[in-house]
Amino acid sequence: MTATTATAAPRGRPVRARSSRDDRQMLAFMGVIMLYLVIALALPLYAILSKSFQNKDGEFVGLANFLEYFNTPALTHSIQNSLTIAVITTLISVSIAFTLAYGLSRSCMRFKGTFKVIAMVPILVPSLLPGIALVYLFGRQGMIRELLFGHDIYGPIGIVISEVFFTLPHALIIIMTALSIADARLYEAAESLNASKLRTFFTVTIPGARYGLISAAFVVFTLTITDFGAPKVIGGGYNVLATDIYKQVIGQQNFEMGAVVSLILLLPAGIAFMVDRIMQRKQVALLSARAVAYEPKPSPLFDWIMFAWAAVVSVFILTILLTCQYAALIKFFPYNLSLSLKNYQFDLMDGGGWASFYNSLELAGWTAVVGTAVVFLGAYMVEKGKGFHAGRALFQFLAMLPMAVPGLVLGLAYIFFFNAPDNPFNFIYHTMAILVISTITHFYTVAHLTAVTALKQMDPEFEAVGASLKSPFYRTFSRVTVPVCLPAILDISIYLFVNAMTTVSAVVFLYGPQTSLASVAVLNMDDAGDIAPAAAMGMMIFYTNAGMRIVHGLLSRGVLRKTQSWRNR
Amino acid sequence: MRKTKLLIGAMVTAMLSGTAIAETELTVYTAVEAEDLKKYAERFNEDHPDIKINWVRDSTGIVTAKLLAEKENPQADVIWGLAATSLLLMKGEGMLEPYAPAGLEGLDPKFRDKADPPSWVGMDAWVAAICVNTVEAEANNLPMPTSWKDLTNPVYKDHIAMPNPNSSGTGFLDVSSWLQIFGEDEGWAYMDGLHENIHHYTHSGSKPCKQAASGEVTIGISFAFRGAKSKAEGAPLEIIIPSEGIGWDMEATAIVKGTDKMDAAKTLVDWSITDKANMMYNEGYAVIGKQALAKPVEHFPPNIPESMIDNDFEWAASNRERILAEWQQRYDSKSEPKG
Repeated sequence: MTATTATAAPRGRPVRARSSRDDRQMLAFMGVIMLYLVIALALPLYAILSKSFQNKDGEFVGLANFLEYFNTPALTHSIQNSLTIAVITTLISVSIAFTLAYGLSRSCMRFKGTFKVIAMVPILVPSLLPGIALVYLFGRQGMIRELLFGHDIYGPIGIVISEVFFTLPHALIIIMTALSIADARLYEAAESLNASKLRTFFTVTIPGARYGLISAAFVVFTLTITDFGAPKVIGGGYNVLATDIYKQVIGQQNFEMGAVVSLILLLPAGIAFMVDRIMQRKQVALLSARAVAYEPKPSPLFDWIMFAWAAVVSVFILTILLTCQYAALIKFFPYNLSLSLKNYQFDLMDGGGWASFYNSLELAGWTAVVGTAVVFLGAYMVEKGKGFHAGRALFQFLAMLPMAVPGLVLGLAYIFFFNAPDNPFNFIYHTMAILVISTITHFYTVAHLTAVTALKQMDPEFEAVGASLKSPFYRTFSRVTVPVCLPAILDISIYLFVNAMTTVSAVVFLYGPQTSLASVAVLNMDDAGDIAPAAAMGMMIFYTNAGMRIVHGLLSRGVLRKTQSWRNR
Repeated sequence: MRKTKLLIGAMVTAMLSGTAIAETELTVYTAVEAEDLKKYAERFNEDHPDIKINWVRDSTGIVTAKLLAEKENPQADVIWGLAATSLLLMKGEGMLEPYAPAGLEGLDPKFRDKADPPSWVGMDAWVAAICVNTVEAEANNLPMPTSWKDLTNPVYKDHIAMPNPNSSGTGFLDVSSWLQIFGEDEGWAYMDGLHENIHHYTHSGSKPCKQAASGEVTIGISFAFRGAKSKAEGAPLEIIIPSEGIGWDMEATAIVKGTDKMDAAKTLVDWSITDKANMMYNEGYAVIGKQALAKPVEHFPPNIPESMIDNDFEWAASNRERILAEWQQRYDSKSEPKG
């Protein structure tokens, strides 16, 4: 150290030294995770996006591909279709999720636990499964097709029902997190001011949950607009952007046009990102260090209405699920309804047989463990660290981006990036590692949002107190942050596990000879028209995820008892 | 403890003996039906136990896309069982290693790449066919179609499914064959009429027939192999070979340029056109590379070989992009759901 800085030091340093070393360490951590996001997301995306400006021989052609796109009405028509589906799904899904979450957190209805478990069921199955069930329910030979009054299930109706089923738990997780930590003092204040229930709802509940509501809305919107599982199974002739990418890439091997469509699909993400930034600026910590957890009081009428509503939603979900299990056990629907296990002979079908199921287990395990660590640490560093605002904003952007990237595009991007002969990471191609990395990256956003939402509700005073006690950030992190956020951490790990079991699109281009996956098997079997075996494999994924979910439930309960008792007065 | 030791011992022995026999491992990309893969590898290993096949199996479209995407750094050593039109595409990209396998002269000249040495050799043909669900046809009072033209009859409105040529090899086979049978103008006019009756287009070529098998549609435009399989499983299907003739494509074999296991790859390609291999293909396919060896296949209509059109693969491959764009513009934009 030079003499000048040595002499200058005594004035400024004594107070700031501790926090600045913490900041540096946190920045270093954030840097490492950001590097991960750059390698696993930004560079592959750059690789595929640069494709959109190239012709088939890799020469730069400027906007030629885009001009061709916008001069092809067949393709541009899908923009409108995608937006229609996404907006309708968002409205329906968020409304159902909010009312359900409200009932679950603010009423004293019975069987809350059961309803919560049932509402999480859709997250445990591949997005192709509701479509498969709808074929059995409302298709030409559907068991209850009369309920559609002659409308065709193949098309927007089928897609929207499937997408609502598929997105409901995603929205519910976010809204539940937002609703579950309410400050009871606000409600006590409202009550003592004689505010009506309705007024309290609009002036306390909604504002408190608005961040969650908006998050949920754009999560559902982007999930829907980027999902290709549901439109693929039940879309019929109704084209959407995601299936267009699939057709461009799979059918025509037109990677350049696939890249163009994916750019179009990235637009909503940019808008969603900006909305998120604006909302974040307005968000204040709800759970201050002095907050008191809200406890609902019994109210028979309200409780019964909420109970009935939760029951309706549960019946919808269970019908879809049971239909698939029924279909999986039927010998030859609809002509031979005797029971049989022949649809479980996966080794005789597409998709890699039973080995693919065990590969999926391995993928899910790695994704849950590694992914949770990466996501939560990243969220902590970016939320609680100080300084380096540009880098933090970039991190936020990178963390939001995966939500908007269709898995198919991410998978293709990985081929272009990781399979380039001069790429030093080339060795992970066709291994389990690339599947784990792509899956963590693909599902980064919701996991990140869950972590951020939990972290936001923690008063920064915790860190301030830690710092003033001269305790380094990692001690505050491990002794306060992690225990308080443990429910969220467990939620993130189960979220990553089940999505690794169910994801299709990101991995369909990445699995190798020894790493075929169960979810891809569902896709390939349905694609080949083997719809009953596809339902059977889908149900295998469900039972696995349900088992993990039970383990998660038991763990969470133990954890809650140990670490969250401070929430009760 | 003892048990564990025994188990480990057994595993080590198995691994050692495994490596002792299988000296070379080949990564083979294929679109052959999954249920047949095991059989193909076993029959090959009867003659060549020293080469182990690691299959990468997917539908024609996905395997093709995968191979093209991996062009810069190929992962496959051999392609065994992929559409000739796909292999023509790859040949154009310079991805295939030309090789004249032993016994090439015994192969039907139609079943090989015309260049010398050929870049690919054929195995068997899969042919277009119409699958009709007899139960649903009766319930809806529909006459049995006998020709492609019959399918434009308004009575079939919303009863037909066909594969989208943009994602399915079979779909492209259908469209390119209609254009060859009827000529360009009349071919498109035919498809305009057909489009009015189509309930939906599927992504895969086998799905329309499987949907017809389960009554999800009444008529599926698909390929004969699929229809025969579903019929064997007990589906109420009639497999129709339209009177105008049928489009077809072949499954073929090729060596991927740049493989470091050239000897094993050549051994496999040699074997793929032997009499034994051809008789194996014949268990599922009526038309094979050495047609003299072929026996009739159960549930296959007998008149397939003479109904196959004189398919111009080079024309289909070189006009592929234009045809698909035209098809998409005509039928994909009117993609509002029907019904």
